[in-house]
Amino acid sequence: MEKPLAWDEPRAKALVDAKSGLEGPLLPILHDLQETFGYVDPRAVAIIAGALNVSRAEVFGTLSFYKDFKKQKPLGRTIKLCLAEACQARGADALAERFETKTGCKIDGGFHQGVEVETVYCLGNCALGPNALYDGELFGALTDESLAALHARAAREGVAP
Amino acid sequence: MTTLTVYIPADAAALSLGAERLVAAFGREAEARGVPIDIKRVGSHGMFWLEPLIEIETLKGRVGFGPVRPEDVPSLFDSGALAGAEHPLKLGHVADMVWMLRQQRLTFARCGVIDPLSLSDYEEKDGFRGLRNALAMSPAEVVEQVRASGLRGRGGAGFPTGIKWKTVHDAQADRKYVICNADEGDSGTFADRMVFEGDPFMLIEGMAIAAYAVGADKGFIYLRSEYPHAAKVMARAIALAEQAGWIGENAFGPGKPFCLEQRIGAGAYICGEETALIESLEGKRALVRAKPPIPALHGLFGRPTLVNNVLSFAAVPFILAEGGQAYADFGSGKSRGTLPVQLAGNVQRGGLIELAFGITLREIVEGFGGGTASGRPIRAVQIGGPLGAYITESQLDLEMDYEVLAANGAMLGHGGIVVFDDTVDMAKMAKFAMRFGAEESCGKCTPCRIGATRGGEVLQKIIAGERVEQNIALLRDLCDVMTAGSLCAHGGLVPNPVLSALNRFPEDFSKGPQETVAHKNAAE
Repeated sequence: MEKPLAWDEPRAKALVDAKSGLEGPLLPILHDLQETFGYVDPRAVAIIAGALNVSRAEVFGTLSFYKDFKKQKPLGRTIKLCLAEACQARGADALAERFETKTGCKIDGGFHQGVEVETVYCLGNCALGPNALYDGELFGALTDESLAALHARAAREGVAP
Repeated sequence: MTTLTVYIPADAAALSLGAERLVAAFGREAEARGVPIDIKRVGSHGMFWLEPLIEIETLKGRVGFGPVRPEDVPSLFDSGALAGAEHPLKLGHVADMVWMLRQQRLTFARCGVIDPLSLSDYEEKDGFRGLRNALAMSPAEVVEQVRASGLRGRGGAGFPTGIKWKTVHDAQADRKYVICNADEGDSGTFADRMVFEGDPFMLIEGMAIAAYAVGADKGFIYLRSEYPHAAKVMARAIALAEQAGWIGENAFGPGKPFCLEQRIGAGAYICGEETALIESLEGKRALVRAKPPIPALHGLFGRPTLVNNVLSFAAVPFILAEGGQAYADFGSGKSRGTLPVQLAGNVQRGGLIELAFGITLREIVEGFGGGTASGRPIRAVQIGGPLGAYITESQLDLEMDYEVLAANGAMLGHGGIVVFDDTVDMAKMAKFAMRFGAEESCGKCTPCRIGATRGGEVLQKIIAGERVEQNIALLRDLCDVMTAGSLCAHGGLVPNPVLSALNRFPEDFSKGPQETVAHKNAAE
């Protein structure tokens, strides 16, 4: 993963303009902003609204609906841990509990020492759970050890606040 | 020296178990031994307990080995296994394995076999035969083939695909759209992902046939963001298909375009509901729309829109290549063709099983799956995703068939089967279903938005042993309201897992938290 850029208004405008000609351009624009800056800065809302000729409320409505879009600069790296039924059937719940106790990192509890662990429902690897997604990479058949190793890697790679 | 050809899957399941490290290990080992090597990346055959499952090209065809770890690579070279000698990991020809022999792979015939991004591999294995045939027919004739095939929507609702196509075909408008619903959010399902990563041209071909049949010049694939590998493969496949002229400005002849775009979701399960998906494509909050009007007449940007699941589109190239009747020859009753079943959860041999409708659940779970991975008895099986019903072990003799399951208070959904052993606490699973329902509710209608939240709270009280009888009565009442009063299938189906758990595993609901069957079994 490339290090996210600091907020840069001309850059944001260029990203918005690049996609504003698409049919239904808002989600692609929000994805591009998040990929570039690591989150969607509230200052982008007015830029998008102007470019697409919609109200700021509509842009904010969409931005706030989807779990993937972050409105604040992340304080580190995110691990997405699957806690859906198939992973539960393979012990994901108990794995998560032991992980919380051991690391003090609360799942869905925000950043802890540069790492955040978020619940996700299904990563499509349901015969090989428990699963996690980190930096676009899928990790299957997680054990206490492999999850701890992944967490340690994320902590190393986490950008300093 | 002859080049050693090794096939290593690049499917996310294999990657999740370190397939990339295996590629590196083969490269290193071959270099150290001075063996010229050609590593080909393929999709997965869907035998996930054997991943990473690699194949070696030999004089007698491709020979499989699995599960292979990087540390096994030197022994594969040393033992002469790569030249045909025996090895503990040797599986033989993949197509001759019992798990594969017992399947009827129409949709997944190429998955795991071909290089997913090679147009020539695809064409060699019947690729684009369906589209070629379709373009030689009138659009109405194509629709008729799909109707004759008996194909029903594989997303979960099971609506006859041919009727949907005819509705869009007959609609009059300046523009029409086709949309592929690839928001495969159900836990226990991965068939769509496998198509994207193992045979993406099949989906593109199916969508092109659909666009030609209904008169659309633009298509969207809406893929969930949780599938980054699938997104990359499909983006590349679309570019390649366009370069080759299968889609693009002159796809259906000079001046007859079909342009295809992939869009990525943003973490909302509700986008699997077609009207929410359409809202999302339009750039809005994914709030479901009231129906009517149906999307087939009034869909994306108000235009007639064909929305089908990945597996529905993926079945179409076969239907147009071999004829609708050839597809309808498989199956039972009103469930025609094959169903890609996804076997997951606590199961010894999980994976993708494509079979004609009519096989029993027991044959799948026990025959293919070999029982639980933990070795404990099966206690519950959930069919059809998070909104599907839980059934008991004794109900496993039911057949996989839309009507048979519906008559027994279950549904097929997207074909996902999740197995649980006897340590599962069904009251906890019911509470999870309500919490999941609340979390993923779009919030438009009250029964779903508030009902699912209250349902989770009531279940918490039942689990804590508070006024259990009254709270169960309240829960049933709430489920009635959600089933009858919700705007879409999300709120309407959340009561499915809840009530099936309550009705079929009442012992988990009637006792205090320390006395459930699951607790006893886990404590043993």
